[in-house]
Amino acid sequence: MSGLIKSSLARKVVMALSGLFLVVFLTQHFVINFTSVIAPETFNEWSHFMGYNPLVQFVLQPILIGGVVIHFIMGFVLEIQNKKARGIGYAKYNGGANAPWTSRNMIITGAVVLAFLGLHFYDFWVHEMDYKYVSGLAEDPTRYHEETVEKFAPFWRTVIYVISFVLLSMHLWHGFNSSFQTMGVNNKYSPAIKTITKLFSVIIPLGFIFIALYHHLNPITH
Amino acid sequence: MGVLESKVPSGPLAEKWDKHKNEINLVNPANKRNIDVIIVGTGLAGGAAAATLAELGYNVKTFCYQDSPRRAHSIAAQGGINAAKNYQGDGDSAYRLFYDTIKGGDYRSREANVYRLAQESVNIIDQCVAQGVPFAREYGGLLDNRSFGGVLVSRTFYAKGQTGQQLLLGAYSAMNRQINRGKIKAYNRHEMLDLVLVDGKARGIIARDLVSGEIQRHSAHAVVLATGGYGNVFFLSTNAMGSNVMASWRAHRRGAFFANPCFTQIHPTCIPVSGEHQSKLTLMSESLRNDGRIWVPKKKEDAVAIREGRLKPTELAEEDRDYYLERRYPAFGNLVPRDVASRAAKERCDAGFGVNKTGEAVYLDFSAAIMRYGKEKALTSGIKNPDEATIKKLGEEIIEAKYGNLFQMYEKIVDQNPYKTPMMIYPAVHYTMGGLWVDYNLQTTIPGCYSAGEANFSDHGANRLGASALMQGLADGYFVLPYTIGDYLSDDIRTGPISTESSEFEQAEKDVQERISKLMSGSGQNSVDYYHKKLGKIMWNKCGMARNEQGLKEAINEISELRKDFWENVKVPGSSEGKNQELEKAGRVADFLELGELFAKDALTRNESCGGHFREEYQTPEGEALRDDENFKFVSAWEYKGEPKDAVLHKEDLVYENIELKTRSYK
Amino acid sequence: MKLFLKIWRQANANSKGKFTEYTLDGIEGDMSFLEMLDILNEDLIAKSEEPVEFDHDCREGICGMCSLQINGEPHGPDRGVTTCQLHMRRFSDGDTIVIEPFRAKAFPVIKDLIVDRSAFDRIQQAGGYVSVNTSGNTIDANAIPIEKENADNAFNAAACIGCGACVAACKNASAMLFTSAKVSQYALLPQGQVEATDRVMSMVKQMDLEGFGNCTNTGACEVECPKGISLENIARMNREYYAASIKG
Repeated sequence: MSGLIKSSLARKVVMALSGLFLVVFLTQHFVINFTSVIAPETFNEWSHFMGYNPLVQFVLQPILIGGVVIHFIMGFVLEIQNKKARGIGYAKYNGGANAPWTSRNMIITGAVVLAFLGLHFYDFWVHEMDYKYVSGLAEDPTRYHEETVEKFAPFWRTVIYVISFVLLSMHLWHGFNSSFQTMGVNNKYSPAIKTITKLFSVIIPLGFIFIALYHHLNPITH
Repeated sequence: MGVLESKVPSGPLAEKWDKHKNEINLVNPANKRNIDVIIVGTGLAGGAAAATLAELGYNVKTFCYQDSPRRAHSIAAQGGINAAKNYQGDGDSAYRLFYDTIKGGDYRSREANVYRLAQESVNIIDQCVAQGVPFAREYGGLLDNRSFGGVLVSRTFYAKGQTGQQLLLGAYSAMNRQINRGKIKAYNRHEMLDLVLVDGKARGIIARDLVSGEIQRHSAHAVVLATGGYGNVFFLSTNAMGSNVMASWRAHRRGAFFANPCFTQIHPTCIPVSGEHQSKLTLMSESLRNDGRIWVPKKKEDAVAIREGRLKPTELAEEDRDYYLERRYPAFGNLVPRDVASRAAKERCDAGFGVNKTGEAVYLDFSAAIMRYGKEKALTSGIKNPDEATIKKLGEEIIEAKYGNLFQMYEKIVDQNPYKTPMMIYPAVHYTMGGLWVDYNLQTTIPGCYSAGEANFSDHGANRLGASALMQGLADGYFVLPYTIGDYLSDDIRTGPISTESSEFEQAEKDVQERISKLMSGSGQNSVDYYHKKLGKIMWNKCGMARNEQGLKEAINEISELRKDFWENVKVPGSSEGKNQELEKAGRVADFLELGELFAKDALTRNESCGGHFREEYQTPEGEALRDDENFKFVSAWEYKGEPKDAVLHKEDLVYENIELKTRSYK
Repeated sequence: MKLFLKIWRQANANSKGKFTEYTLDGIEGDMSFLEMLDILNEDLIAKSEEPVEFDHDCREGICGMCSLQINGEPHGPDRGVTTCQLHMRRFSDGDTIVIEPFRAKAFPVIKDLIVDRSAFDRIQQAGGYVSVNTSGNTIDANAIPIEKENADNAFNAAACIGCGACVAACKNASAMLFTSAKVSQYALLPQGQVEATDRVMSMVKQMDLEGFGNCTNTGACEVECPKGISLENIARMNREYYAASIKG
C-alpha cells in the first residue's frame, strides 16, 4: 500500500476520489437547495435535519471539510510540482492546439471556486456555527428558507454566486470526467460516461445559478 | 585456401551447426565474469548479442552514436522477418528457406552459414514472442504470415509495417534487463573511432564521447562490430542519416578484410527523389507488392503526357498500360526479387516511360486489389449487387487495415492520395550485402574482432531477399555469435583485465587525435555535405543499378581526387571539444571516400552480373544478368594496403555441395 | 518561400541559451522541416558560423530521435508525424517559426535543440521487459494463442517511438503516456503477466524519480503523439498500479 501514498499516481487518486466525493456532495446539496424553490416546507425540514442530526454534524460534516481541504491542498501541491517539472518554460507554447482551456487551467477555476467557498462558508456555515454554538439560540426548524432567500437579496452577492458557478462548471467539465480516467476507467462505456459527466457539469451549476437568481428576483416580502 | 579460412565444420549440411556447437570450447560461468566484451552498434545484431552475452555472464560494454540503443536503424525495417515455421502448411522447411536464400543471393553466399540461418530462424520467432513482441495475429489468436518477393511460400512474420521496430524494442528490452542487472554498461552518444590491436588481437577501441568530445580508451577481450551497412556511401539512401561505415572501415584499416563491397541492394519500392535538397529516401515496404501492380504507360506519348501533367494515370485505359513485371516474369509477377524488380524499373525509365517530372518513377497501383478485396468483402458481408462505389469503399478499408501507415506516410511526403491515384515509386539504395569478411564463427581476419548483422558479408550473397535482414541480425546476435565467441574467449580465462595503458592504446589514441585535428584544419572551402553529395552522385551514376568498365574506372579516379580535395579543403566549424555534428559527419564521410573507391574497384574486378551487381557488359540478349560461375564463384575479400587502389584481393572459393548452381529464373 | 526563424541556441548544458533570429529564402514545399534546417546550416557554415545542432537520424518517422518544439507544439502543427515528416508546404511565405528544444526538467538541454532523454531509458530499465533468457529454448511461438484484439492493442501501445513529444506537449511535463505505453504492451500479453506487479511499481517509481510532472488528463500527449498512442494506456497503467499496490 505504501506505493499508493508516495507516488504521483497516488496523488492523482487522491485528487480523483476527493473530487468524486465532492461531486456527490454537490448533487445532494443541489437537491436540497432546489426544494427551496419548489417546496420551502421540505427545504426547512431537510435543512433542519442536516443541521441537527449528530451523524451529519459530527461525522459527515468533518469528512466533507476534510475532503475539501485535501482536494485543494493536493491541487496546489500538484500544481507546484508540475511547474517545477518543466523547469525552463517555452517561449511559445501553443497549449490550445492540443488540449482544451478548461483542462489546462484547473488551478484557476479551482482557485476561484475556493475563494467562493470562503464567502459561502462565511454566509452559511459561520452563521450556523454562531447560531448554534456561540449565540446558543434555540432550534427553529422554520428559519432556513427565509434566511436563504435573504442572502440573495444583494445584487453583488448574486453576481458573485453566478460567476462562481460558471467557473465551477468549467472545473467540473474537465475534472468530473477526468476522475474516471484517473481511476482507470477507459473502456466502451467511456463515451457515455463523458456525456453524462459533461451534462452534469453544465446542468448542476446552471441549477444553482437558477436558484440564486430565483431567490434574488423573488424576495420575501413581509 | 591461403589466408581465408572459412572454418566451416565438416559433415552433412543439416548437422554442421549442432556438431560445431558440440565441439567448440566453452567458458565456464565463473570465468565469464572475468571476461569483457565490447559491442559496437546496438541494432538487432548488436543489441541481441549484448543481451545474450551479458546473460551468459560476460561483462558487456555497448556503444552507439544515437542517444539510446533503441534508435538503431534496424528500427526502420518495415515488412517482416522470415522463419521456416511452416505454420501455413504450405510446404516450408529449413531447407526451402536455405534454398530460397542461396538462390535469391544468386549463388554467392556460403552454404553452411545460410543453412544455419534457416535453422535458427524458427528460434527467433519463439524467442521474440516470449519477449512480448506483438506480432500480427489471426482471429484464432495464432501468428499471421505474409509472402515476400522471390519465394513461393508465406513465411514472413510481421507487426504491421513496423516489424523492425518491434524486434529492436524486443532486443532493447532484453538489453535493459541486463543493464538493470549491471551486466551491460551502455555508452550511448559514443562513436568508435578506432580498433586497438594488442599482439595481433583485437583488445579494445578508441571512442569519442559525442557530447563532451572526450577521446576514451575502452579495453576488452573481444570486440564485436555490429554497425550495420554502408549504403550512405551513396548519400541518398534509405539508411538513417548517421548510418556509417566507420567502425568497419577502421577495423579494415587495422587488418580486417572487407568482402564484396560492390554487392549493394537497390530496393525497388522507394518514394522517388523530389529535389536537389533531398536528404534521404523513404522506403515503401516490399509487402506492398503483394497487392500493388507495377506499371508504366505502353506508349511513349502517354508517358510524356503524364510527365507534363496533361494526362492522369487513372485516365489511362487498361490496354494502354504495361505491367512489365507480369509481362516479363509471369511466374513471380510483381513479386520478383528486389534486384530484378529494380533493374526492370530502371530499364523502363531509361527507355523513356518514366512517369514523374524527372522521368524516374513507375506506378504501383492498388486499384485492382481494392476492387478485388471490396468484392470479397461485399460477398462475405452479405451485400447483394453492391455498386462500384460501395465495393471501392470496402476495398479501401481492407487496404487501409493492411498498409494504412505506409499509405499515410506516402501521402505526407508526396502530397497525393494513394487510394485514389497510383503511387509513384523508384529504386533506391537500401542494404549492403557486402561487409567485413567473417568465417563461420563470425570472426573477421583479426583474431578477437567479430562482426554480426548487416556489417558482415556472410549470408545474402549478391542479393538479399525481403524480410531476411532482420532474420540474420537476430540469428547472429541471439543464437550464433554468443556461442562461437566462447570458443575464442576460452583462451582468455587467465588473461585478466586488459590494460588501456599499453603503447598500443596510446598509439591508437594519438592516431585518432591526429585525424581529428587534420579534419578540423582543412582550408575551409566546402562543407562536409558538399563532398558527401558529390560522392553520392558518382556512386549512383557509375556504381549504381548498372555498371560498366569505363564508368567504374572513371569513378575510381573521381573518388580518389574528391578524397584528396576533401582532406585539403573541407570545412569543419566549431571545436572538437564538445558536441560537433559537422565533425562527426566529416569523420564518416572521410571513410566513405575510401570505401567508395574500393567499392568501384571491386565492381570492376567482378566481370559478371549477379544479384545486385549488374555489369552492362554481361547480360543475356533479353537483358537478364549473366553470371559467370566458372570464374567468379568466390567471395572477394580485400586486404588494406594503404590507398584503396592498392588493396589486395583474396578469394574465398564458394563450395556448393548441396545445391546445384542454376541460372536464376523467375519467369 | 521566405521564412523568419527564431531558434534556441545554447552552447552546452551549463551555458545560458538565447534565441537567435535567422532569415531563410528559397524554401520549397516539398522539403521536410529538417531539410529546411540543413539549408540553414549550409548557409551558416558558408558564413563560418556554427551550425544549429539538432537530433535526427532515420528521417522517416520511426527512430524517435528528432525532437523539436515548433511554434509551441512538439513536431510542429501536423498530427501523427515526427519533425522529419513535417513538410514545408505546411508553412506560408513570410511565416515566423519559433524552434525550441523539448522542455522538461528531466530532459536537460545538451546543445542548441538537442536534449538528453536518457530518463526514458532508465524508466525502461526499471522493468520494461519480460525476464526471459535469450537462449531460444522457449516454447513454440504458437503454443499460447493470444486474442487478436489484445495482440493488436499491445502492438498499438508498443508503437511508441520514445521521442518525448508527450512530455514536451504536456503542461506538466508528465511522462505518463510513455510509461503507460510500455506497461500496457506487457499487461495485454500473457507473457507479461508474471512480472506485472513489480513492473508497474518499479517503472512508476523510476518515472517519479526522474522528475517528470503529474498527469492531469489534459490529453495533450495523445493529440501530439506521432504514433497515436492512446490515453487508454494511461487508464490501464493506473488500473495495473492500483492492483499492484493492493497486492503488495
